[in-house]
Amino acid sequence: MKILIPIKQVPETNAVRMDEATGTMIREGVDAIINPLDLYALELGLRLRERAGGEVVALTMGPPRAIEALREAVAMGADHAVLLSDKAFAGSDTWATSLALAAAIRKLAPYDLIICGERATDGDTGQVGPGIAAWLDLPLISYVAGVSELTPRMIQARRLVEEGYEDLEMDLPGLITVVKEAAAPRLPTLRGKQRARRLNIPVWGPDDLGLTATQRGLVGSPTRVVKIFRPKISRQAHLVKAPDAAAAARAAQELAAWLASRHLLPAAAASRAGQEVGHG
Amino acid sequence: MAEAGIWIFGEQARGRILPVTWELLTRGRALADKRGSRLTAVVFGAQLDRADLQEAIERGADRVLACEAPLLEHFLPEPYAACLMHLIREESPEILLGAASSTGRTLMPYVAIKADTGLTADCTELDIETQTGLLLQTRPAIGGNIMATIKTPQHRPQMATVRPHSTPPAPRQPGRVGEIVVRRAPPEALTSRVRRRGFRPAADENALAEASRIVCVGRGIKKGEHVALGRRLARALDAALGGTRDVVDRGWLEYPAQIGLSGKTVTPRLYIGLGVSGSIQHLAGMQTAEAIVAINTDPDAMIFKVADFGIVGDLFEVVPALIKHLEER
Repeated sequence: MKILIPIKQVPETNAVRMDEATGTMIREGVDAIINPLDLYALELGLRLRERAGGEVVALTMGPPRAIEALREAVAMGADHAVLLSDKAFAGSDTWATSLALAAAIRKLAPYDLIICGERATDGDTGQVGPGIAAWLDLPLISYVAGVSELTPRMIQARRLVEEGYEDLEMDLPGLITVVKEAAAPRLPTLRGKQRARRLNIPVWGPDDLGLTATQRGLVGSPTRVVKIFRPKISRQAHLVKAPDAAAAARAAQELAAWLASRHLLPAAAASRAGQEVGHG
Repeated sequence: MAEAGIWIFGEQARGRILPVTWELLTRGRALADKRGSRLTAVVFGAQLDRADLQEAIERGADRVLACEAPLLEHFLPEPYAACLMHLIREESPEILLGAASSTGRTLMPYVAIKADTGLTADCTELDIETQTGLLLQTRPAIGGNIMATIKTPQHRPQMATVRPHSTPPAPRQPGRVGEIVVRRAPPEALTSRVRRRGFRPAADENALAEASRIVCVGRGIKKGEHVALGRRLARALDAALGGTRDVVDRGWLEYPAQIGLSGKTVTPRLYIGLGVSGSIQHLAGMQTAEAIVAINTDPDAMIFKVADFGIVGDLFEVVPALIKHLEER
């Protein structure tokens, strides 16, 4: 079984600072990590390999430093890794990103299963996984919370939706995107880290992937960011201090009245809270 | 009138149209009016409730374009994408909006590639640029710290998914007229390499995405058994119960209840945070709530910066008193 795992390197969000004047992110000095949601994809891939045998290949598109993310994936247990990196890829939207990754995956064929994180914590679109499936004309299960069975020909998975879980079965090869529930990620091992340091990771550019100038980077992207601005934060908290139990009781009463006045309570509770306030 | 028009992709369950469809009609109607074009609601299912299709007209659609087939009873990416592509090729709509739901966020990116066009995820604002007639798609980026406005200058349709609850449902106007077209799905579209074998409904308290009120517990709840206090408040408020990543990582709540960047993004009318400090990751998942209430002992907690009403105090004193006010006379 050959399992491919596209990942993304993202800024560690704890460390993100904003340039107040321009409203853009200050990237200098910000640590880069593997997208936390991709760790669940990696972990699930490693577990399925342990169960079914075969190999796990991690791939990413990004600047040269994104190789660190691949080395970490190898340290966790991935067998091989491929980096897609070239100035021509810069500014790719999800259309161009999913095309480049799909082209790399074609080069890595034959494969059985592609596992993606649900979305990246920086771009937050969740569009690249389904996009890769569309480019490769593969069947797709998104929001996978667990895999119950895997054979050379099919996979059975639980899909998290708004109302509950769907049980689905998919022919292979296919693509799944996973949510956190799918597997708790392991830590890199010392041996894995040593292997990751030595492993030769090929770097592929647009020519290796057969992508023309209109299929890559900003030029190849159908969407354009035309404006960036800071969200209006019009909230001004009404702050109530409640240092002791008596003050807490008063604060609770004030909150109940506030909720009622803003029509935020369900019908029954609203009338009760309203009466209370009425009785003073 | 540009015949190509503006489309929304409506969602259904058991043949009944889901409320998120009415929100899409609010968005679509505003754009269609500004653009002077026709608004079409597309919906797929096995057997769609005819009164609901009429309701879509009353809520602002000029036309309902429905496809029916047994395989379309539940969302499956391949037949849904194939049917939608069939319609897109026939009519070349100018704009196509879907919900940023588990269905929309799967179907729309798949279709965008097949249609060779761009897609903007999870928009909270949509507008038409007056000079060019282009769709302006605005979404929170980088954990909600900035807003980005995005255009799709050359490719059609211009596609976007819209965050649920980011706009009210379109009001019903009885007597409003429109065209309802129900057709059989094209047979070549009706294959799927994914098969649905079963369904297990989630506990009600976890239905965060649809909830209009949410109580969220953070690390300040201190112990797993104290989550029951949050649950009691949620009951008194007829609210869903959610938690921060800390709480879910400790196993006090299950993952579907997680709110934040690595969990769910919610936009309820009311959010109440109990012992929630307000990490960037968490704020990104809830700061578009209409009203935010925070109860925390730490006056410097980040959550107070996005709150409308804050209580600096012990949640174990405040919450029981609040429940009493809500439950008793």
